[in-house]
Formats: sequence, C-alpha cells, structure tokens
Amino acid sequence: MLIDWFTVTAQVINFLVLAWLLKRFLYQPILTAIDAREKRIATELASAAATKSGAEALRDKYQQKNSAFDKQQSERMSQLTEEVAAERARLLEGVRAESETLRSRLQSALKNEQHNLKQALSQRTREEVFAIARKALGDLAGTTLEARITDVFIRRLETLDDEEIMQFKSAFSSSGQPLVVRTAYPLPEEQCALLETAIRTKIGESVKIGFATETDLVSGIEIRTEGQKIAWSIDDYLVALADSVDALLRSSDPVEEGADQVNRPSQAGQDTHEKGA
Amino acid sequence: MHLSPDQIIFWQMGFVKLNSTIVFTWAVMLVLVIGSVLITRKLSTDLHRSRWQNLLEVVVINISKQIEEVGLSDPRSYLSFLGSLFLFIAVSALGTIIPGFEPPTGSLSSTAALALCVFVAVPLYGIQEQGVSRYLSSYAKPTFIMLPFNIISEVSRTLALAVRLFGNMMSGAMIIAILLSITPFLFPIVMTLLGLLTGIVQAYIFFILATVYIAAATRSQKPANQTAADKPDLKSHKAESEQ
Repeated sequence: MLIDWFTVTAQVINFLVLAWLLKRFLYQPILTAIDAREKRIATELASAAATKSGAEALRDKYQQKNSAFDKQQSERMSQLTEEVAAERARLLEGVRAESETLRSRLQSALKNEQHNLKQALSQRTREEVFAIARKALGDLAGTTLEARITDVFIRRLETLDDEEIMQFKSAFSSSGQPLVVRTAYPLPEEQCALLETAIRTKIGESVKIGFATETDLVSGIEIRTEGQKIAWSIDDYLVALADSVDALLRSSDPVEEGADQVNRPSQAGQDTHEKGA
Repeated sequence: MHLSPDQIIFWQMGFVKLNSTIVFTWAVMLVLVIGSVLITRKLSTDLHRSRWQNLLEVVVINISKQIEEVGLSDPRSYLSFLGSLFLFIAVSALGTIIPGFEPPTGSLSSTAALALCVFVAVPLYGIQEQGVSRYLSSYAKPTFIMLPFNIISEVSRTLALAVRLFGNMMSGAMIIAILLSITPFLFPIVMTLLGLLTGIVQAYIFFILATVYIAAATRSQKPANQTAADKPDLKSHKAESEQ
C-alpha cells in the first residue's frame, strides 16, 4: 500500500504548521515591508509632486517676472535711445551755434585786421606819396610842396563857378562863424597872405579868416562851413590808390567777401568827401 | 529500491513511525522557516534592500499576483495556504539536486495529505465567502441531477491532484535512480535538470489548480466576475490536459 495513513496525518499537520510558520515569519513581514515601502514611495511621490507643482508655480512666477523685466528694459532702452538722440541733437545744435559765433568772431577779427592793415597802408602810402611829391616838387621847381599845394588850392578856388560860390557864401553867412582854413601843416605867412587874398577876392572882403592845423589831412588845404567844403588834398589821389589796393586785397583773399560790406561805408564817405571837394 | 520514501523507516513504535517522508518534510520546513526568519529579521523598508529580501519579495509578490490573476480579489487571505503549497512542493523538488535527498512529494502519502488539505480548504473558503447554504446549493447547479456528478468531481479532482504530483515526482526520482545504475556519468545530470524543471512545473500546477478550485468555490455566485473565473478554469483544464 502506497498510502500510509499515519504519514498522511502527520503530513497534514506538518503542512498546516508550515503554513502558519510561513505566515508568521515570511508573508506578514514581507508584506508589511512592501506596504511600508509603497507607502513611503507614495508619500515621496506626493511630496515630489507638491515640490514639482511648487517649482512650476515658482518657474511661472519667475518667467512672468523675467518677461516683465525684459519689457521694462526694452521700454527704458527705447526711452534712453530717444533721450540720447535728443541730447545729441541739442549738443550738436549748441556746438553749431558756438562754431557760428566763433566763425563770426573770426570774421570780424579778420575784418578788423584787414581794416587796420588798410588804414596803416593808406597812412603809409599817403606819407610816402607826400614825401615823394614834396621831394620831387622841391627838386623840380625849387619850391616847397606847401607852396605848390597853396597854388593848386588857389587855382581851384578861382575855377569854382558862381553857383558853388553862392551856396558856400549862404552857408557861411548862416553860420556866423569865422572861416577857418585847415591845413595839415602850419602855413608860412606868405602863403597865408596869398590864401587870404584869394578867399576874400572870391567870397567877400569882409570875411574873417582863421588858420588851423589838422594832422588828419596829411597833406592838403580845406575850408569848411555848414555842410559846404572847398578843399584840395592829396587824399583825392590816395583814395584812388586805396581803391586799387582794396581791389587787389579782394582778389588775393576771396574768403573775405564781408570786407566789401565793411569797406563800402568808408568808400561812401570818401565819395562824399570827393564830391564836396 | 523504494517506490516511496514512506518505506524508509528510521524509527517506529507501534502505529507511530518516523519515516523518510516525515524527516525530509521537517528538513524542508526547517529550511523554509529558518531561511525566512534569517532574511526577515532585518527587513528594510527603504529603497535599498538585501538580495535575499529582494528574492523573497519577488517570490511573495509573484505568488500573490498569480492568485489575483486567477480571480481571487483578495490574494492576501489565501497567500499563506496557497503560497505554502507552492513553496513546499518547489523546495522539495529543488532538493533533489542534493545527493541522498528524498523529496517528500515523491510519497503518495504526502501528496494525498496536500490534496486532502485542498479538498478541505475549498469548501471552507467557499463557505467563508458565500455562507453554508449558498455554497452547498452550488453543488446542485445547474440542476439537482448534477449533485452526484459534482460530488464525484470534487473527490476525483482531489485524487487527481495527489496522484499527478506523486506520479511526476516519484517517476523523476525513479528515472534518476535507474539511470544512475545504467549510465552513471552524464545522462543522470541531464535528467536531474529535467527533474528540477518538472518539479517546479508540478509545484506551479498544484498551486494553480488549488487556486482555481478555491476561486471557483468562492466566486460561483458572482456573475459579474464569471468571465474572470472562467479564464483560470480554462487554464486549469489546459494544465490538466497537458499532464
């Protein structure tokens, strides 16, 4: 008989004991450990999910902050660019105005310099011409330049027409002042007498005549009263010389066109002067 | 040569005797229990754990999963009974590689004892789940005429369980013993390996059939889960047909 009933009974008991022992020492501890681990993993996963959601919220917040910052930065940058452009334009305008001022100052300085140069040149020329003329007249005629000037002035006085004499007379009588003969140098008495004679012959015997010296005249004689003048001066020739020198300066310095504007009033003065003479 | 380890008797006093089956059963029990105690003494609930703990966890979880797949919704209630069946049979089969070891499952007394345990456990679990009257009425389903056939089926399948396991284990041991006397070198090793495979397969078959029987007993009145219960039935029929 293959089945031994005692063994069967013993094996049933053995198996039940084994099942109980394994339940006690194997299944329960293992399942408890697994449950604890699963619970721990679930907790950690939940914690990780919470951390992740927190991190995502933080990330969103920082992304928003970043985009706001970028926007603000670009706005500020464009604002700064505009301000810089405006400031640049303002500074450029200032520099331009300053350069204009400096340029005009330079121009006026140049004009002054030119004017002074012209004045000096004119003065020097007159003096040289006067010296040359005096020397030439002295050498040629054996008389002084003053005598020749006096002669020329007397001849000029004699050549005046009646209308001009009348205008001069009326101007002289309305002023009530003595007629002053202005010369650039003190005249010798002989020439003074000649001049007095010539003037009294042309204007009238009763006229009072005085003599005065004016260095501005350089070389010449003039009589002047209320807006009327009779004169002869070496200036007449020097003005022509000055014109030619001006023309020469203008041609040599094309930049200084403004000098024309400056010269014109003096030329006009000379014209009046010449016209009066 | 002994056909059954029951015949190797170490000590006897009247009806009571200490044969090879009982002794090797105790040995298997000791290995299982001491091994469990040693490993579960320092269990880690951390993510890092020892290899032995990992092995036990894999075994326990897979047994539990198998029970659940067969159709028992609460596998932990059946784990100690069904898992012990599998582990006892499997360790007995694995022990055959040790020279001199006589697998207790090679004894018809042992397999009959295990089959008897299943025979008793099936109605107990059925009654626990459904109540006495509902469980007993399941024997008269679908008609009252089927009552004797159902009872015969209960008995015959218990007998089949016992004889199938005994036949396979005994034959494996017998073949190895015979082959050792004929060709003592290479061939018995191959057959031992085959015997190991057969033993594990038999452990799985015994375990899965017991699970199917219990599932059928506990879920017969639950139409919603009928399909779930059907699948293991098919599996069990297939396993039986293979044998």
